[in-house]
This record gives sequence, C-alpha cells and structure tokens, in this order.
Amino acid sequence: MSFVVIKLVSQRIALGLLLLLAATVLIFIGTQILPGDVAQSILGQSATPEALANLRRDLGLNEPALNRYFSWLGNALQGDLGTALTNGKDIAESISGRLQNTLFLAACAAVVSIPLAIFLGLLAVRYRNRWPDKMISAITLATISVPEFILGYIVMYFVAVKLQWLPSVAIVRPDMSVFDRFEAVAMPVIVLTFVVLAHMMRMTRAAILNVMESAYIETAELKGLSAFRIIASHAMPNAISPIVNVVMLNLAYLVVGVVVVEVVFVYPGMGQYLVDHVSKRDVPVVQATGLIFAAVYILLNTTADIIAILANPRLRHPK
Amino acid sequence: MSELLRVRDLKIGAHVIPPDGDPFDIEIVHGVSFDLKKGQVLGLIGESGAGKSTIGLSALAYGRGGVEITGGEVFINGSDILKDSLGNLRKLRGHVVTYVSQSAAASFNPAKKLMTQVTESCIQHNLCSQSEAEERAVTLFRKLGLPEPETIGDRYPHQVSGGQLQRVMTAMALCPQPDLVVFDEPTTALDVTTQIDVLAAIKEAIRDTGVGALYITHDLAVVAQVSDQIMVLQNGNTVEYGDTEQIINRPAEAYTQALVSIRSAEHAEKLPTDAPVLKVDGISARYPGTKFDVLDDVSLELRPGQTLAIVGESGSGKSTLARTITGLLPQRSGEITFDGRGLTQTLAERSKEDLRELQMIYQMADVAMNPRQTIAMIIGRPLEFYFGLRGSERDKRVRELMDEIELGPEFLSRYPAELSGGQKQRVCIARALAAKPKLIICDEVTSALDPLVADGILKLLLNLQKIEGVSYLFITHDLATVKSIADTIAVMHRGKVVRYGPKSQVLSPPFDDYTDLLLSSVPEMKSGWLEDVIAHRKMESAGN
Repeated sequence: MSFVVIKLVSQRIALGLLLLLAATVLIFIGTQILPGDVAQSILGQSATPEALANLRRDLGLNEPALNRYFSWLGNALQGDLGTALTNGKDIAESISGRLQNTLFLAACAAVVSIPLAIFLGLLAVRYRNRWPDKMISAITLATISVPEFILGYIVMYFVAVKLQWLPSVAIVRPDMSVFDRFEAVAMPVIVLTFVVLAHMMRMTRAAILNVMESAYIETAELKGLSAFRIIASHAMPNAISPIVNVVMLNLAYLVVGVVVVEVVFVYPGMGQYLVDHVSKRDVPVVQATGLIFAAVYILLNTTADIIAILANPRLRHPK
Repeated sequence: MSELLRVRDLKIGAHVIPPDGDPFDIEIVHGVSFDLKKGQVLGLIGESGAGKSTIGLSALAYGRGGVEITGGEVFINGSDILKDSLGNLRKLRGHVVTYVSQSAAASFNPAKKLMTQVTESCIQHNLCSQSEAEERAVTLFRKLGLPEPETIGDRYPHQVSGGQLQRVMTAMALCPQPDLVVFDEPTTALDVTTQIDVLAAIKEAIRDTGVGALYITHDLAVVAQVSDQIMVLQNGNTVEYGDTEQIINRPAEAYTQALVSIRSAEHAEKLPTDAPVLKVDGISARYPGTKFDVLDDVSLELRPGQTLAIVGESGSGKSTLARTITGLLPQRSGEITFDGRGLTQTLAERSKEDLRELQMIYQMADVAMNPRQTIAMIIGRPLEFYFGLRGSERDKRVRELMDEIELGPEFLSRYPAELSGGQKQRVCIARALAAKPKLIICDEVTSALDPLVADGILKLLLNLQKIEGVSYLFITHDLATVKSIADTIAVMHRGKVVRYGPKSQVLSPPFDDYTDLLLSSVPEMKSGWLEDVIAHRKMESAGN
C-alpha cells in the first residue's frame, strides 16, 4: 500500500465524516422549519395554554436552537437518539429491529441483483447489438419503467395468488428462523431486483463497451483469447469504478428508498416507520431516521470512492 | 529454407459509415502479393493510407474497425488462413503469428502486471506451464536489454518507460515462440536515442530466435536496418518489391527514389543580420505545484527573416519554451524581448499588437481548427479580429492567402474534416499568416505528417519566409527537418540549452556528448548503419 493511496483514502473518509456533519445540520434545520407546533399536535386542539407551555418546557423547545442541536448531536453520538413524542418509547430501541429488517431485505436483494446485473451486462457486451443484448435491455428497461407498487402486485398476483407458493405479505418476527425469513422476503426481493437491475446492468454494459475500444483489447484479441476471457479478464478490471459507483447508489436505494415496497408487502422496515412518524409530526423520530439514512448514503458512496482509488493501479503502484 | 508466409492477390476493403450520409464500401488494398521465408524479415513501407498496417494484420486474418479482407489468399506454413474458422484463427493468433503495435503504452492493459500479460498467450494456448513461461519471459527480457529482467515483470505498464514498454511488447510477442511476428511501427513513437536501442534489441531478438518478421514503418532508413527485403506501398498498391540493398541503392521507381532522397534536402544558412526580433534572456520556468525547473536559464536570439530551430527529445522543455514565450506559462525569472519591447509574463497583460505579431502553428492541425467552421471562416477570423476586415475585402485577402499556401479557392467552402493532413496544416499556416506576424512559433508542425507531405510543408514555410520576411521559432525532435529549415539551432536537454549557434557550427564536430548521441542516433539510409553505431558506442564505453 503506497503513501498516496493512504493519503487519498484518509481524505475520502475525512470528507465523508464532514459531509455527515453537514447532513446533521441540514436534518436539524429541516425539522425545525416544519410547520406546526409539536406540543400542539401532541395535546390536540383543546389543550390549555398552560399545558402547552409546560410541555414545551419539558420538551426543551424553549432552549435556543443551537443548544438543542448540540445536545441532540452529542446524544446521537453516544447512541441515544431520544424518545419518540408519540408513544414515549426509546427511538434507538424501536429502530434497531426495523433497521435490521431493512438491512436484511437490502442485503438479500443486493446478493441476488448485483451479480445478476454484472453477469447480464457482460453477456450484453459479448453479444452486443445482437438479440441477447437487445432482449436483456428490453426486459430490464421494462421492469424499471413499471412503478414498483404495480410490479409488487403483479408478483403477488402470480406467486401468491395463482401459484400459491408464498404468503402475500412479508411479515417477519424476531422469533422466525433464518429460513423462514428468506421465504418471507422472497417476493420483495424479486420486486427490488427488477427495480435496480436495469440501472446496474446498463452501466456495466456501457462501462465495459467504453473499455472495449482500447488498444489493449485489440492486443488481447490478437493473442487469440476467447471473447468472454477478453471481456471478463481484460475489460472488466478497467471498468470497475463506474460500475461500483452505480452499484453503491443502488445499494443506498435498497436501504433508504424501499418504503413503497415495504408498504405493499407489509414489511416492517425503516421506511414504513419513517412515514408513520412523519405524518404524526414526531420530530425526534424523523431526525433519527434521517440521520441513519444520510449515514448509509455517505458510507456507501465513500466506499465506492475508496474502491475506485484502490482499483487504480497508477495510485496503488506509483512510479 | 521453407516458405512461412505466402500472400497472393490480397484485397482488403473497408465499410465506411460517414457521420452524415449512407454507408459505403471502399477497397483499400488492391491485390498485393509477397512471400516470406522462415527467419527472414520483410519491410513494408509507405505513407499513411498505403495500407501497410492493414496488410500486416491480414497475416493474423484480422481487420481493424470496419476493415475486411475481401479477396486473395494468405498462406501460413502452407495453409490458407482466410478459410479458417474463428476457432482455428484463435489458435493461430498469439501462438503461430504474434503482433507488436506502435503504441505499447496503449497496448498493455493498465490493470495487469507485465508478467501476466507477457505469459498470457503461452498459458491460454496451453504451450507450457506458468513457471516455464515466466522463465522464457525473463530470458527474453534479458536478451532485449531490459533492466532488472528478474523483477521487471512484477511492475505495471505505467511503471516502466516508453522504450522499455516497447521491448516488453516484443518479449510478449516472442514468448509463445511464434513462427512469424508482425512489427507495426514499433519504434515510431520513440525518441531517436531510444529508437536506436529498441531497434538493435529487436534485430538481435529476430536473429537469435530465427523467427520470421513483417516490419511495418514509414521510415525507409529504419527498415533498411532490419529487413532482408522491402516492399514499397502506395495507396494499396505495390510500387516496388525487392532486396533491401537494391531498394536503397538502386531504386527503380520514381516514388521510391523520392522516398530515398527525402532526407538529403539542405537549406543554406543565412548570416546574422540586424537586431534580433526575439531575445530570450535567462528564462527559468516551472509548472504550478511542482518543485522542478522545466526551463533552466535559457537564453536565445532570433533574427528577423530567419529560423531558429529548437531540437530536443520529449521532456527536454522545448514546448514549454513556446508556452513561456506566448505567455501561457509565466517565467519565474528572466526577460523576453520581442521586436525591441519587453513582453509581459502573462497573456492577459499583452496588447493586441503583441498577440498579432506572435502567432503559433501546432503539431495537430485537425484539433487546432474548429471542425464546424469552413476554411474561409477559419482564415477570415484573424482578418476580422486584428484588422477589422469585412465582406469582400476580407474575402479578397482570404483568397490571396489561399494562393500563398497553394490551395485552390474550391477549398474555401470545405470543412477541416474534408482535408488531408498536409492540407490542414497549410490552412493553419494561412491562419497564422493572416495576422501578418513578425514571428511564428512552429511546434512540431511536420511530426504528424508523412515524409513527402512534410517536405512540401517545409518548402512552403521557407518560401513564405522569403516573401513575407517572417521569422520562425521551429520546435522539433527531428534532426533531418532541422537541416532543411534552420539558420540557427539550439539543442535542448532536460530544460537546458546544451548547444547553440549557427547551423553549420552546431552540426559540426567537436560535439558535446548529448548532441553527439542525438546526431548519431538518426537512422541513415544505408544497410549496416545500425551495427556500426552500436559497435562504435560499445567501443567508446569500453574505452572510458
């Protein structure tokens, strides 16, 4: 590992942390300018002014915003995300189970979709502008174009209703075995795979085709190598950074953007939890989930940057 | 000796898809025939568009881009490879016939170690085990004179120099012990002093391994050193085909004679006249963010109506000097005096008059012009900008300029893409002349052109100098070009001027070490030159 790489990677990590800090500021400001009054919404229209004032004091809403920000940030850093206003439960506790569910679903979808997308991308390059390429593009573009809730119901109709292979909802409970969990998330995973496949596959195809124009691909052809070896062994390693970038964006989507799919399959993940509490104007919960989503986004994109740095032989092995 | 390669009536076509308009087919090689025996070297020579690379690749039954072999026969060891299936061709490519390309830097996969790439053919064709292939590679690295032959294979392509990479590519081609190697301009992209080493290494490797070779180049002097026979090509036709000795000494065809005599053009040097038009005094410069002087105390003078040639290899600082004079890279110290007045360091502070009187012509004519403007617009622009000429006045001046660069008025409505390389460079010259400059900086203006075309450009420049009295600062790496255009020469090496004076003086002994190396590295049009130079250098280094 060279000095340059260590320097660049540490820069990326530092930048990621800085970005996260900026995100906390944005989240905090954003939740402050939400219309309405938390105390009012908790106590309802009929609350007396005294009761409202008492509650505001108890919630610390009379403190200056800057103080509230720092105490929130300090607590969050120690793992204390506060208590939900609506039900008084500890947020960290209620989130952890749902976050696990969301990550489990995202991981399952990623394990299926990423290798599939890259393999289809390679296949599309191998048979470019011939029928396998066109078919792969047509199918993946069709599945990305259909809204995911419709995709969800279509999958549900065939898998759960017609074939009756799986139950139509994807409820998971803490006491379920791993195998039962896999069975439960199977349908959401199918839908999510359809949603993210096209993006990653098209990028893999484009990035590799770009590399296929290079002179060293001709060298490989003139060595008498097989078409697939040229693509996988000579083109792919040079196309990693754009592919990883798109893969990470889609991974981030799998974690933070699956609320619609969760609702369709009644899956107890983060998305549903967030939407529930936004509608109840439960500010600490919104802040906490926002913070987690921002952290996931920044973590994944920083990882993509670091992989791109590590994949560059010029940086890894300087002169 | 047995027949290795027999090519009969080879015809090659290309499917052209123009950006606007219908695709069409053209023929680029019109029936070429030749033979090659085992252990022999055939040189294919011609200008760009002669079809020499295309013919070379046909020995691997390979067509680059939309190129396709449309007729004829290519026999390798007695069997016609044009009739082979793709599977059989894969067995041939990289095993029986291998290829060395012009740009090794682009032809190596940047993400893989050199050793992996050198041994890949052996492994993929199941010729030997990995360890055996690596042994072969190390032996070849040593034979080709690469430094640290045991460990150089662990490096990545960007970690070795261009000349070394070209040698590694030769090792890659020889590793599977092929019967035939196609060398496609293997030394063209290298500096002369590097070229000579690579050339000697390739020649020795060919001799020691007994491999047959097709050697493709546009430089007759280079091919004369390595080949047994030479085939001269022009526009896809054979012009002349014979033994190297005969082609060099007794060329039969007029075209071959022109190629042979091209390097003999000499230009009589002018004597120093009045006050210099450009005076560079003690210039030092470095690029922002670096701690290294690219120019180190450079002092030069250029007289009106004369040519100062800056000679040097890549990295010598010759183009940086042009950037400093034009104000693109401000100097750290030193003075630049132009036509008696001091030039400001930066471009932004210069007057319009300074800009007008100092023009530039570049190596790549096609990227120096707006592809969406016609020739009339390109040449007319400086007339509007500097002199405010409009309408018929401007058109009249544009036509005069077209006359001067010997292009007819029919070119005025064309776009740069419709012109040949030489014609494009002429338009760039006209654009520079339109400003009525006192000084034109010519940065490698003939390097991208074929020898005969380059010759025409040099003659045009000399002629224009006579008429307009303009001075040239002529930057080049090619000493032959220098001989035919310069009055004064400055040899640059690592940012310093190592030799400076009138042409006759600079090019006569006694030489300093670097100028001597540079001059003796320029290939000469006679067989045995390479051996003489190498033997001479060995003797000298033994003497020291």
